[in-house]
Amino acid sequence: MVSLQIKPNTYYDSITLMIISKELKKVPGVKEALVGMGTDLNLDIAKVTGLSSPELEAITPNDFFVALDCENEEAVANALKALEEQLNKKEESRSAAYYPPTLTSALKADPKINLALISVPGRHAYDVAKDALDKNINVMLFSDNVSMEEEKKLKEYAVSKELLMMGPDCGTAVVNGLPLAFANVIHKGPIGICGASGTGTQELTILIDQLGSGITQALGTGGRDLKAEIGGLMFKQCLNALINDPETKVIIMLSKPPAEHVAKEILSIAKECNDHIKPVVVDFIGGDPHLPKEYGLVAAYNLEDAARKAVALSKGEPVPADMIDIDMPRAELEALIERETSKMAPTQKYYRGFFSGGTLADESMKLSIGKLGHIYSNIPLKPEDKIENPLTAEYKENTCIDFGEDEFTEGKPHPMIDLTLRCERILRDAHDPTLAILQCDCVIGYGSNPNPAEELAAAIAKAKEIAASEGRYISAICSIVGTEGDPQNLTETRKQLEAAGAIVVRSNAQSTYLVHHMLDKLNGGKY
Amino acid sequence: MHQINKLFGEKLHMVNIGVETFYQDMLSQKEAGTQDIEVIHVDWKPVAGGNKKLAGMLGMLK
Repeated sequence: MVSLQIKPNTYYDSITLMIISKELKKVPGVKEALVGMGTDLNLDIAKVTGLSSPELEAITPNDFFVALDCENEEAVANALKALEEQLNKKEESRSAAYYPPTLTSALKADPKINLALISVPGRHAYDVAKDALDKNINVMLFSDNVSMEEEKKLKEYAVSKELLMMGPDCGTAVVNGLPLAFANVIHKGPIGICGASGTGTQELTILIDQLGSGITQALGTGGRDLKAEIGGLMFKQCLNALINDPETKVIIMLSKPPAEHVAKEILSIAKECNDHIKPVVVDFIGGDPHLPKEYGLVAAYNLEDAARKAVALSKGEPVPADMIDIDMPRAELEALIERETSKMAPTQKYYRGFFSGGTLADESMKLSIGKLGHIYSNIPLKPEDKIENPLTAEYKENTCIDFGEDEFTEGKPHPMIDLTLRCERILRDAHDPTLAILQCDCVIGYGSNPNPAEELAAAIAKAKEIAASEGRYISAICSIVGTEGDPQNLTETRKQLEAAGAIVVRSNAQSTYLVHHMLDKLNGGKY
Repeated sequence: MHQINKLFGEKLHMVNIGVETFYQDMLSQKEAGTQDIEVIHVDWKPVAGGNKKLAGMLGMLK
């Protein structure tokens, strides 16, 4: 039986909603529980899960709802009791500490506020960010679903005031050593990062940490900053700040390939810096490495390559050779490929990349597209490879999905927090007789799920079981974005994934190169 | 000095507006002594419950 509760004009953030949802699903007799704000995505999920109703269809994104499918009335009553307990707990935690209701009242409590981390729903983000800039407060805007026009206005205003306006859709930053939003515990060191790509910046920082170095600042600009419409307003601002920072000895510039005139502008600034002040490493993810080289800069072929080169430069060492393949002795690599592929059925020819980090999905596809031809995706490199309705679509052949895209996240927590949709898809695709390899990222650190490896490992183990029951073997290849200092801990995370039978490698690039080697073997040397 | 470079040299006084766990993450690091910061959380709710017309009218009163 289906039960629906609606609280009009009641707001809860997406993580609170996820916690409530998980608690309700634990109640005996509850078959399905959907808890959320009335966003289009949540209403679509309600349809898919059979929880939709005319009453639910009529609600707005400002209304909170709980839709339950229970075995009987007793289960409904118990679930509603659990709901009230969760909401009361939330109210208690709120009343235990003083939380001012506005930024103005927060400034009365602490007049020295100098940085705001803003993560309100996108349609309110402009007003909240503008208010902070009005008050001379630097901004990191985590919210997405902000229009390009609003982004430009905010950044022009911030530039006029010489303030940071990181974002919108800025998922990670490390400022003065403090990890912000989705970020890791990184040692302090000599490398400064200016990044227009969230998880890309995050992976760079952890690789620098793992290589024994550290960072001064990791500044994010949001992924659209280097598009022609925004013109690199914040990238230039951040780059100049790192150039002027005496603690920063090497700079890494990271973004998708910028608009042509924006690329010229930032590369010219970087050249001046590289020639006269400090070295600059450039990773235009999947972009032409010759372009930064033309400006005399150090070009990187992937995130790990950028980290290695920056760390070497910071130590005064020569720039290492380009890293363009997996870093594993040949014999060991061949034994690994043989061990994994020999258990597969002849139908198994393809891979699925299921990512929580958008840049990691993008980097992986860019490293692969030249070899594989078509990679179907919700963020495709070729328009003809676009997957419409990725939430419900049947995936085929080589497919790479960014579960952090808007179609999966509106009114729902990011997949780094809530792994449900990604894990469900892993289990669904485990039945596909053509699937050979699962490629996944696992992002730990602040902001992320308290133990993402637990859920991901369970899904991988179950997928392997499903395949085994149908006479096949699925290989799982993972890379972890994390450090030993993170609350979840890198080693502990790796152990959980390896216990589920996953192969864990150091970086997204290495995991992608390993996918290439395995697909090559499965397809008779075709790649 | 550029305002951003000034920030690099200052103690961070953070305000978190939105997802409460980001505040809890920062607070836990402050309390553990791993970060020398100040942090405050704003109990944000949409202005006028998200009613744009009413929010606009309230905005004019500021």
